[in-house]
Amino acid sequence: MTQSFRLENVGLINRNKKLSFKFNGKVYYGYEGDTLASALIANGVHLVGRSFKYHRPRGFFGAGVDEPYAIVQLYRNGETEPNIKATEQELFEGLEATSVNCWPSVNFDIGAINNFLKIFLPAGFYYKTFMWPKSFWFKVYEPFIRKAAGLGVASTKHDKERYEHKYEYCDLLITGSGPSGLASAYAAAKNGARVILAEDKSRFGGTLLTSEVNIGNQSGKEWAESLISELKEMPNVTVKNRSQVFGYYDHNMLVMSERISDHLPKTKKFHPKQRLWYIRAKEVLISSGSIERPIVFGNNDTPGVMLSSAAKEYLKVYGVLVGKNPLIFTNNDSGYETAIEFQKNGVNPIILDTRKDPKSEIVDEAKNLGINIKFSYVVVAAQGYKKVKSADIAKISEDKEQLGAIENIKCDCICVSGFWTPTIHLASQSGNKTKFKEDIDAFVPGTSKQNETTLGAANGTYTLEETLKNSFEAGYKLSKEITKNDNKISFPNVIEKKSTVHDKFWCVPLPKGKNYKRFLDFQNDVAVSDIEIALKEGYRSIEHVKRYTTLGMATDQGKTSNLNGLQLVSKIENKVVPAVGHTTFRPPYTPVSIGAIVGREVGKHSKPTRKSPMHSWHEKNNAVFVDAGVWLRPRYYKQGNESLFEGSKREAKNVRTNVGVCDVTTLGKIDIKGPDAAELLNRVYTNAWLKLPVGKARYGVMLREDGIVMDDGTTTRISENHYHMTTTTAQAANVLSHLEYYLQLVWPELNVNVVSTTEQWAGAAIAGPKSRELLQKLFPKSDVSNEGLPFMGYMEGDLFGVKARIFRISFSGELAYEVNVESDNGYFMWEKIMEVGQEFKIQPYGTEALSTLRIEMGHVAGSELDGRTIPYDNSLEGLLSKKKDFIGKRSLNRKAFTAEDRQKVVGVVPLDKKTSIPEGSHLVKDSNAPLPNPKLGYISASCWSVEYDNPFSLAIVKDGKNMIGKKLFVMSPLKNKVIPVEIVSSHYVDPKGERVRS
Amino acid sequence: MLYIKCPHCGWRSQNEFSYGGDATVKRPKLGKEVTDQEWDDFVYNRKSLRGKHWELWQHLSGCRQWIKVERDTATHEIFKTLKASEEIS
Ligand SMILES: [Zn+2]
Repeated sequence: MTQSFRLENVGLINRNKKLSFKFNGKVYYGYEGDTLASALIANGVHLVGRSFKYHRPRGFFGAGVDEPYAIVQLYRNGETEPNIKATEQELFEGLEATSVNCWPSVNFDIGAINNFLKIFLPAGFYYKTFMWPKSFWFKVYEPFIRKAAGLGVASTKHDKERYEHKYEYCDLLITGSGPSGLASAYAAAKNGARVILAEDKSRFGGTLLTSEVNIGNQSGKEWAESLISELKEMPNVTVKNRSQVFGYYDHNMLVMSERISDHLPKTKKFHPKQRLWYIRAKEVLISSGSIERPIVFGNNDTPGVMLSSAAKEYLKVYGVLVGKNPLIFTNNDSGYETAIEFQKNGVNPIILDTRKDPKSEIVDEAKNLGINIKFSYVVVAAQGYKKVKSADIAKISEDKEQLGAIENIKCDCICVSGFWTPTIHLASQSGNKTKFKEDIDAFVPGTSKQNETTLGAANGTYTLEETLKNSFEAGYKLSKEITKNDNKISFPNVIEKKSTVHDKFWCVPLPKGKNYKRFLDFQNDVAVSDIEIALKEGYRSIEHVKRYTTLGMATDQGKTSNLNGLQLVSKIENKVVPAVGHTTFRPPYTPVSIGAIVGREVGKHSKPTRKSPMHSWHEKNNAVFVDAGVWLRPRYYKQGNESLFEGSKREAKNVRTNVGVCDVTTLGKIDIKGPDAAELLNRVYTNAWLKLPVGKARYGVMLREDGIVMDDGTTTRISENHYHMTTTTAQAANVLSHLEYYLQLVWPELNVNVVSTTEQWAGAAIAGPKSRELLQKLFPKSDVSNEGLPFMGYMEGDLFGVKARIFRISFSGELAYEVNVESDNGYFMWEKIMEVGQEFKIQPYGTEALSTLRIEMGHVAGSELDGRTIPYDNSLEGLLSKKKDFIGKRSLNRKAFTAEDRQKVVGVVPLDKKTSIPEGSHLVKDSNAPLPNPKLGYISASCWSVEYDNPFSLAIVKDGKNMIGKKLFVMSPLKNKVIPVEIVSSHYVDPKGERVRS
Repeated sequence: MLYIKCPHCGWRSQNEFSYGGDATVKRPKLGKEVTDQEWDDFVYNRKSLRGKHWELWQHLSGCRQWIKVERDTATHEIFKTLKASEEIS
């Protein structure tokens, strides 16, 4: 197929580079510099999809970000992406795209039957139609909607592309590189400010690329090019194309999405596909321009009806004619500019102007060129189904109510201009209270809330000279305040054609006896009649009307439809537009890919991974790892084909019979120093700390102020004013913050310093009946006998030349020690323990065996100290000092906490001594009781007791203290299990705690 | 994302801080007899007001200091920041 709508020698595309691409399976050709839209139009393709609701044929409406129609499914480098705007997607060699919203094909679409049933699909049709009967939802409605509606298909594959995040700071962020953006960026940059200039499109210059103006004896395009190349060379300026600033957040933080590789067939090696910029700007200059708005008329959604500015852009930037027999329908001078461009390129347009007798330089030029202009004329309806074939036109009365006789004229496109809507999204997102500007029928930014200034067309300034003047001034003034420089550049001479006022006309009345659909929102098929129905049904707030009718929703967010929607509501309601108000603008301004938002924090990178100094040893010895917070810990060390159950049982048994070693580096460690350290501990922990001797450790429990257990651990007095605190792995960071809170805010009089030393120490727990023998061999110079190093004792030792701390503490309930060395010596320590431990049949054990050991001993841990339990619940009430006050103490006498039948931790054994009990199961009295069956408690932790070789669990049960010996049922509806159990003491093994003291 | 001036470090983005609640709440002195109402007011009862609010933030990924921040809860405007040792005026 030839590019029969391509002009020769016009446009900014690179004709030396021809590109092939596929649309709906068919091969076409375009040029480098094309968008998918411009290339398709060059090939005469105007049917690109089907509309969302009625499945009416869809073509192109715009040429950029405002596009409501041309949404395609894109295929690139083996990946697919939905909801791509053909008007934004740059062409690359081998690009493939397909239509969305059509099934089985764009030319024959079964959903289009909706178009004939449209009487049944009015406003709020989702709410009404699919509500009843309820049973129809899953079987009938949802599959139907899923098949026939939706915009494209998301890929189910893992996205192998890379996305990056970048944080940046600047003096001035300027959004948009049209005349105002360029002028303010240039003025500020020349005055020494750090400037970021962001342009959404691939080409800089905005409207300067398409308008016939002269700045400083250069064409607009040349002027833009010279400024951009100068800005690019300046070290204080960052110039970015393909970059959309889409969100304006608190404290002048803006987010910008940069499309780095989307225009290439394949992302270059080591390059990201997209980059998300978080920019903190001292000042923001919004020069996002304006978007042309349509005039509403019958069948105004027919392919071939498009914005007149888009037609001009296709012509001047891409050298593409959107039609060879164009009809221009306008209420202002902009339409004339498009008509003049057609005329200059040998295509004769017809202009229908709703105005009676406009007088301006542009109108005169069109007249002089001999263009056929019909004043006080309107398009009543477009004719043609898949493409405009002709237009029904008529003269309109001065009051714009009466139509004259309908005439039909041939045309292949209708270029519409209903004047301009400033793009105020960013200003509004920043909290700016917008105001309605009568003379342009649109909202413009009002009072700034943050440091933001809106310039040029985005501020409703539609002449070039004024825009440039304001923007040079703003760039200079704002930069001067920041840099204190005073380098003002001179203002260039500007020549532009003067235009006259627009006609406030926006909607063509229906001719008698005709019932044409007149669309307001082209993406969601919202017609004038839908809004009328919504208002008739009592919807008043514009926010409600939006949601009921879907006006202004979906991927284009109503960029072309919002104002006409407001005009209609205000007309029916007999209110002025500002009284109706506009819906809230929320980020993002344009759709942003999820990949860009997530950035590199995917999979394993979603959080940092922390490894102990012994990690590589664990790896070499077949450790199976488990995530413990951000740490990777060995769960068990696999031997042969051993399962987790078998392996952990073997490891736990070896601890009970010989000796085991466990990597406990991950435990939180806090170094506490200062003359008031003991006093701090005494206030933070529930038990007494003032009399702990040097060289002794003590177990402690700390509460939150609400009485709930926060954490537990041992703290050792290293020297007079020096303590070593340990916390659980999970709570390490919170406990440090907690201590800092009290030291800095509540008791600043305490002279204490705290610092995390978690990473400074590598820790190994050595546990089992043979642990002392092993320890003696590891520290031959130290007396580690029961007398020399009693339970809860501490000493320093020499581990083959390495300084070590030895604590006699136990989590497993066995005779046990913990050895700490500086992290760098961790691997050495571990190897020595394994080497020397050989003769005692030492085995390393992982977290699973560790859990088994602590559960059968009845030691509470994270699954019991879960942020919902008080000391009593965990049988820790013996640790509550009666003599002193401590954090959270006052809360413990709350009624619920002191109730006679308060929950308490207990042990649970299945009656058959065989069935494992799923964690999280509920305990009930009667398994056959009708629902809701009263729950007595829940299983917090389960293991296979290696001591008794049967399952054992811990549970938190109501009235736990009176439950021992009772027979209950464990129910797990999730696992479909009912298990008869007996409640026993939580201290299942060695209830007197003799082993740790042996 | 808020931009908070740490009195110790200078301007930093919100993601370096963690929120710590109402800064005007005073913990009753240790060992002091307090009524249930007083204790509940300290532990639970908060105004959750709209407008100017003195609150605590900790510069967690920075100097680790707890600071006091006067912020408008509706507009997010920050008026003043103080060190932990400085009294709210
Ligand atoms: Zn700081």
